[in-house]
Amino acid sequence: MQWETVIGLEVHLQLATKSKIFSGSATTFGAEANTQASAVDLAMPGMLPVLNEQAVRYAVLFGLGIGAEIGRRSVFDRKNYFYPDLPKGYQISQFSDPIVGTGAFEIQLEDGTSRTIGITRAHLEEDAGKSLHEDFHGQSGIDLNRAGTPLLEIVSEPDIRSAEEAVAYLKALHSLVTYLGISDGNMAEGSMRCDINISLRSAGSDTLGTRAEIKNVNSFRFVEKAIQHEFERQSEILEEGGRIVQETRLYDADRNETRPMRSKEVANDYRYFPEPDLLPVVLEDAFIQALRDTLPELPREKRERFVKQYELSRYDAGVLVASRQLADYFEAAASSAGDAKITANWVQGELLGRLNRDELDITACPVRAEDLAQLIQRILDSSISGKIAKQVFEGMWAGEGDADTVIAARGLKQVSDSGALEAMVDAVIADNSAQVEQYLAGDDNKRKKLLGFFVGQVMKMSQGQANPPMVNQLLAKKLV
Amino acid sequence: MHNHTVAQLMRGLQEKQFSSVELTQCLLQRIAELDSRYNSYVTVCDERALAAARAADAQLASGSSGPLTGIPIAHKDIFCTTGVRTSCGSRMLDNFIPPYDATVVSDLSAAGAVMLGKTNMDEFAMGSSNENSYYGPVTNPWDPTLVPGGSSGGSAAAVAAGLAPAATGTDTGGSIRQPAAFCGITGLKPTYGRVSRLGMVAFASSLDQAGPMARSAEDCAILLNTMAGHDPRDSTSAERAVPDYCADLDKPLDGLRVGLPKEYFGAGLDSATAACIDAALKELEQQGATLVEVSLAHSELTIPTYYIVAPAEASTNLSRFDGVRYGHRCDKPTDLNDLYTRSREEGFGDEVKRRILVGTYALSAGYYDAYYRKAQQARRLIANDFSACFEQVDIIAGPTTPGPAFSLGAKSDDPVAMYLEDVYTLAVNLAGLPGMSVPAGLVGGKPIGLQLIGRHFDESRLLNVAHRFQQSTDWHTLTPVSAPSSAQGGVA
Repeated sequence: MQWETVIGLEVHLQLATKSKIFSGSATTFGAEANTQASAVDLAMPGMLPVLNEQAVRYAVLFGLGIGAEIGRRSVFDRKNYFYPDLPKGYQISQFSDPIVGTGAFEIQLEDGTSRTIGITRAHLEEDAGKSLHEDFHGQSGIDLNRAGTPLLEIVSEPDIRSAEEAVAYLKALHSLVTYLGISDGNMAEGSMRCDINISLRSAGSDTLGTRAEIKNVNSFRFVEKAIQHEFERQSEILEEGGRIVQETRLYDADRNETRPMRSKEVANDYRYFPEPDLLPVVLEDAFIQALRDTLPELPREKRERFVKQYELSRYDAGVLVASRQLADYFEAAASSAGDAKITANWVQGELLGRLNRDELDITACPVRAEDLAQLIQRILDSSISGKIAKQVFEGMWAGEGDADTVIAARGLKQVSDSGALEAMVDAVIADNSAQVEQYLAGDDNKRKKLLGFFVGQVMKMSQGQANPPMVNQLLAKKLV
Repeated sequence: MHNHTVAQLMRGLQEKQFSSVELTQCLLQRIAELDSRYNSYVTVCDERALAAARAADAQLASGSSGPLTGIPIAHKDIFCTTGVRTSCGSRMLDNFIPPYDATVVSDLSAAGAVMLGKTNMDEFAMGSSNENSYYGPVTNPWDPTLVPGGSSGGSAAAVAAGLAPAATGTDTGGSIRQPAAFCGITGLKPTYGRVSRLGMVAFASSLDQAGPMARSAEDCAILLNTMAGHDPRDSTSAERAVPDYCADLDKPLDGLRVGLPKEYFGAGLDSATAACIDAALKELEQQGATLVEVSLAHSELTIPTYYIVAPAEASTNLSRFDGVRYGHRCDKPTDLNDLYTRSREEGFGDEVKRRILVGTYALSAGYYDAYYRKAQQARRLIANDFSACFEQVDIIAGPTTPGPAFSLGAKSDDPVAMYLEDVYTLAVNLAGLPGMSVPAGLVGGKPIGLQLIGRHFDESRLLNVAHRFQQSTDWHTLTPVSAPSSAQGGVA
């Protein structure tokens, strides 16, 4: 049977506020355990939450960024459950009246097509602390530094149909929230965590199958693998006539498998009710408009501008706008190099390749945009060939200086001196008399092939530094 | 001087009739000698109080005193106090010493008040008789076989017995007004949001409100001047200017329209109590007030509504007491579930467990709409009744309780009978209104309270009416015979 995968994602996004959502404690990652936990975070008796206005601004910015309805009156609720890393015994969240309502979000796929994924809602809530199960001799330690960190939970419609789409969605989301500056999007530090709801149905069916929820997957690659694994697991069960149990599962990256956490068929009753310690959040038009006025150019708008302004393909433009810093880098390099297309090729090819290989972010790139632009200019003014340029780039990457410095130091400047080139052409003609005869006797096709051979010989003799158009001209002149 | 009002003590201190140290010593001595009868304090802070009194005397001498400098007061043990155990009447917090002060506590100490100690209370403020305390019941100074009322029973008894001139209390469904009535003192529950809840152990967040308990309306006004105000750390506290509550105390009552809800004078009200209330109302009438019969038509919904909303909120407010970070923790837990179960089983008393169970049930999936949502709708109806009344009248008056204090043990096995004690006070919390209880007579030697209910943030009017009433009556000046006017060797 052909199975269709139906996926909905819940993304927990840590917002980049300086302090927690309901207390003044800092939110810095990686501090010593329990040094960023106040009496409020510890749920000491009589302590009360006070809403961080910046978290509200960030949530609204997100809503505006996806063109969603903004909840003019949103309400915080208590979600009740006992766990040692949840000090109050309830999480303050939003249930029936979230701050961001329905919206939509366009994703680009590698084949150049795009799809629109619906956003059901996004709501504000507080993160829990962490339970530490190692190093405590059979007991558990609790670190409440993370407790109360503001989260925006972004819930998608079940519109995603494959692992590739899921990853494209997450990348686009990552790109959007970093453009908006509302999150650092650092997945390794847990700033963006993902729950995957996944079910299968026979292709063409329009009813939903029973879903499993895979909790807390925290990298693009793991999302892809978890979905692939879960597809195999569910399709195997269904093929054998079995039925899927609705449950929460955990993705184990070490074993590349998912396994059940706790059964949701006996549904957890969270006893949601409105949080009496907080007032409803009422947003005035002026407040929303002021935020709308601060919206930067977002990835999709920037991509369309790049397509138009630089005549790039939509896919290439999409790669360049994935991060705001990369897009800025490209624009800076392209404007000073004077050729956007070649610049785009270089940024997507050499630069991103090298960054990936060294696992560096564009913000840590050792080659400055103006240096890349200088390199491109040297190709354009025929000082070096494209091939030599790659060597120059390596030199720049290794910190040997800007393009001109590396070209001079390594002696890579293209030979365009007609006297020197003529001597080399003469030598090649003299050394290859058999090929010269074949050339003179051959038809156009034959001649074309042999001309390539002669050019190659000259380039070899010049160690790649001969100016190819001039070599061509000279050869054409002499081989008559 | 143990029976003086705060206003009298302030004059005495200013005029150097006595020092704060002398006053504090007198009260500490009375507590030491007499409180074994009442059990009104769970913690007495002798050294700390004397140190604060010495500092107050220095301030008084240097002329840099605040509004309450040198005045001893007691705090209900629900308010967190830095370095002083805050038990909330529970085994759960028997070992809990907060590293912070409640805003009420820090504001009163900043104004110069001297904390004598922490008063007994029903566990987590759940109760109407002060029999639900881990530290044992409090007895009524007017008759030690009677309850003092609850949950602020320790504060009421301490003031009535001359063991503190004034005390703080909290009122979620009558917990200031009912014990004030039973102990013959004056108590004020301010408008919800008037006084900060920060550092006050939460029972039902949307109902809890702190207020003063004292010997006169004037004293309540003096204390409220310091206690009221916006607290940026309590999102539900009102951003509203605080008037001088003493300014209008003497205003004549001419033209005052007093609403008498017929539902508060029907079956269930003890006839002798009714007679006291009638007499009190006549007094107001004589001072120029007009009595108007009004109706609070949804009164019969009050008790069921309250006993869904309050336990629902309590059931989750009390989840933080889990044995993990502070408070009672069971011995040698075998696993996490055992830690939770035994710590809470051992740490909480029966009434607290009962309300957690009721509240959990009311919020459960499948019951939420039938109970919690319905209760919220009923709450709105009850509040609307009051709003409609306040279009016709300036204040509402009636009995604080259906009758005088009952005997210890009389209702402790019958929770519903106990809940009915609060029939006239609960609605005020559901509507968020200010309410007072003022001594209005004795029935068989037991005090009776007149309840006054005002518009939102109209505490000044309540205090004005209560003060005028107290200018022409002396019920508030009566003291129980069981509390000797002079302790052996006492300074007074």
